[in-house]
Amino acid sequence: MNNMEIILYTLLSLSGLGIILALILYVVAQRFKVVEDPRIDEIDELLPGANCGGCGYPGCRGFAEALVQADSLDDFYCPVGGNETMKAAASILGKEVAEKEKQVAVVRCQGSPEHRKKTSEYDGPQSCILESKTYSGDSDCPYACLGLGDCVEACDFDAIHMNPETHLPEVIEANCTACNACVEVCPHDIIELRNAGKKSRRIYVSCVNEDKGGPAKKACDVACIGCGKCVKVCAFDAITLENNLAYIDYEKCKLCRKCVDECPTNAIVEVNFPPKKKKTEKKPPPDKKETEKKSQPKDNTNQASENEQEQQNSNSDETKA
Amino acid sequence: MLKTFPKGGVHPEENKLSAGNGIKKMPLPKQVIVPVSQHIGAPAQAVVKRGDKVKTGTLIAKAGGFVSSNAHSPVSGKVKKIDNMMDAAGFKKPCIIIDTEEDEWEEGIDTSNDLIKDINATSDEIRNKIADAGIVGLGGATFPTHVKLSIPDGKSIDHIIINGAECEPYLTSDHRVMLEKGHQILIGTQLLMKATGVSKAIIGIENNKRDAIEFLTNIAKEYDGIHIQPLKVQYPQGGEKQLIKALLNREVPSGGLPLDIGCVVQNVGTTVAVYEAVQKNKPLIERVVCVTGKSVKEPCNLVARIGTPLSELIEEVGGLPEDTGKVISGGPMMGKAVSTTDIPVTKGTSGITIFNKIESKRGVATNCIRCARCLSVCPVGLEPYHLKNISENEDWEMLEQEHVMDCIECGSCSYTCPANVPLLDYVRLGKANVSQIIRSRKK
Repeated sequence: MNNMEIILYTLLSLSGLGIILALILYVVAQRFKVVEDPRIDEIDELLPGANCGGCGYPGCRGFAEALVQADSLDDFYCPVGGNETMKAAASILGKEVAEKEKQVAVVRCQGSPEHRKKTSEYDGPQSCILESKTYSGDSDCPYACLGLGDCVEACDFDAIHMNPETHLPEVIEANCTACNACVEVCPHDIIELRNAGKKSRRIYVSCVNEDKGGPAKKACDVACIGCGKCVKVCAFDAITLENNLAYIDYEKCKLCRKCVDECPTNAIVEVNFPPKKKKTEKKPPPDKKETEKKSQPKDNTNQASENEQEQQNSNSDETKA
Repeated sequence: MLKTFPKGGVHPEENKLSAGNGIKKMPLPKQVIVPVSQHIGAPAQAVVKRGDKVKTGTLIAKAGGFVSSNAHSPVSGKVKKIDNMMDAAGFKKPCIIIDTEEDEWEEGIDTSNDLIKDINATSDEIRNKIADAGIVGLGGATFPTHVKLSIPDGKSIDHIIINGAECEPYLTSDHRVMLEKGHQILIGTQLLMKATGVSKAIIGIENNKRDAIEFLTNIAKEYDGIHIQPLKVQYPQGGEKQLIKALLNREVPSGGLPLDIGCVVQNVGTTVAVYEAVQKNKPLIERVVCVTGKSVKEPCNLVARIGTPLSELIEEVGGLPEDTGKVISGGPMMGKAVSTTDIPVTKGTSGITIFNKIESKRGVATNCIRCARCLSVCPVGLEPYHLKNISENEDWEMLEQEHVMDCIECGSCSYTCPANVPLLDYVRLGKANVSQIIRSRKK
């Protein structure tokens, strides 16, 4: 056998093997072909690709698959992409989608050290969930923010930060996609998703303390004491009082702000409202301004209209820097 | 060679500061706060209301099921209110608050110091009396004692084990009880033997309590079937499963009970309570609490009524030291730091350990260096570093497969870790989640 023959046989046997294998692969590919709806790819392209799980599906592709398979899109919503993405997806699928109001996470606790006295110190591992398994927290309020930032860690969008002064998380509204990650991770259920509201104006009870008035107030100056004054003053039945805690239904609330003035402990917070003209007959409670200050940087919007607010925004930017 | 459990264990500094000090009686508190539920199991229901007059020993909360326990008024006086008060972990729990007027006992309770050796009650009577008296495991786990003594059909036991190991550093309450109430312990043990129809009992005592071993061995000759067994000083010798392994060389199966391998374990303090309940009709209204710590002026063992605020006990030993870092309800290994001393003594409060600022400091956690010390000290044979990693990644199913529920939370792993990794914290978190999953599966 000369050299040429060796090369020839090698080439022939290898290419023959290649052809046989290619044929097998072709037959298998034809036989076990997975027909995928091309719309899944199209919708997957549209989606933000954050894979945050805010829609309730495992990642964006899972959501796209579910959308294509669904009969109606009513129960689906991509909080990151919002209404625009949903509309675009609906047009690909030739279906209708109801517009949903934009939501944003709000932190329902104002218990900064100045309002809520520390009664103990926690020196265990720095994680809210571990602290909550050990005890009720470092103050007398067992409902309050533990301040160790599990929510900050959970956020994929850089939308929540701890304020070093108040030791409370603050939501940056522009970044918040309402994906629900912080809500789920908070062991004290302090964070809630609420409708962003007209012009990003919101009113909510910034407290989750279910204790009776006495102990609640003793533990924290700005706690909801369950007095029910807000319920009485509300003309739209938007406020309910349960377990010594008021709750404002954001669907019913017309943002009239009567309850904000009525609340004796300033537990009800208004955000992004222009400052009110001072009423002459009623003296505002002394620490009212402070709470407002506290609440406003929580939802730093870019649409600051008032001078005061701009100032505050820049202030909080400074502190962040 | 002294007997001990074969796997793991640590030997922390013993610091039994109050071992030489006799048991002192606390003065009556002005007000008691009695949590309605002081046991593991179904919550009890309050049966008194505001303004009711109660005597010492009056039933104030009734067991809310079989695995539940009664509570009795520890003082005589007037029920001030029934309100939610803070417990050791800072959560609000329903409590009965009684203003003390005097110390008038309920009729039928023998308050004398006479020793009653003759056992007249039948086994059913003993069990019922124990249940009525609201006796729970006084070692700290507060499991209702009558439940442990009710042997289900098809199971049989051959040994009663009395736990006098007191392996926790600092604590000496069981030690003092053994020295001062030896006869009561032995009669109580015989009552437990009669209730379960067992002829053999072993009292396991760690070898650092030689005087107690000697004393009990001497007087045990008067009682049939009770054997005193010295044990090696090793934490957690007093863990139920470890004690059985050390004394009988039997192993409680994973997820099982000591009942499955033919024994029942009771604490020495519980036997005294059993003696008092059966022979003297006295419900469980007081217990020995060891108040100790390096900076404490006079560490001692106090008999306190249930419901006495911890602050009064601390006052009794010379007040809270200035350099206090942590006040721990229980011992330093398994106890829990409390956030306020206004909380009451409950049936499970075996001691109050006061740590100074240096002792109480938790080291800065660094990375695991894979030295495997946690593995070698785990008395259950688990891999704490591995469990911690899984728990951190929230893989609860895998955690269950790794037998996280067998962890007895003794804390040996965290104690021994040179990198100060918060191992037990994560294991506890995992256990909480896994037990939730198991419970939801059962439904």
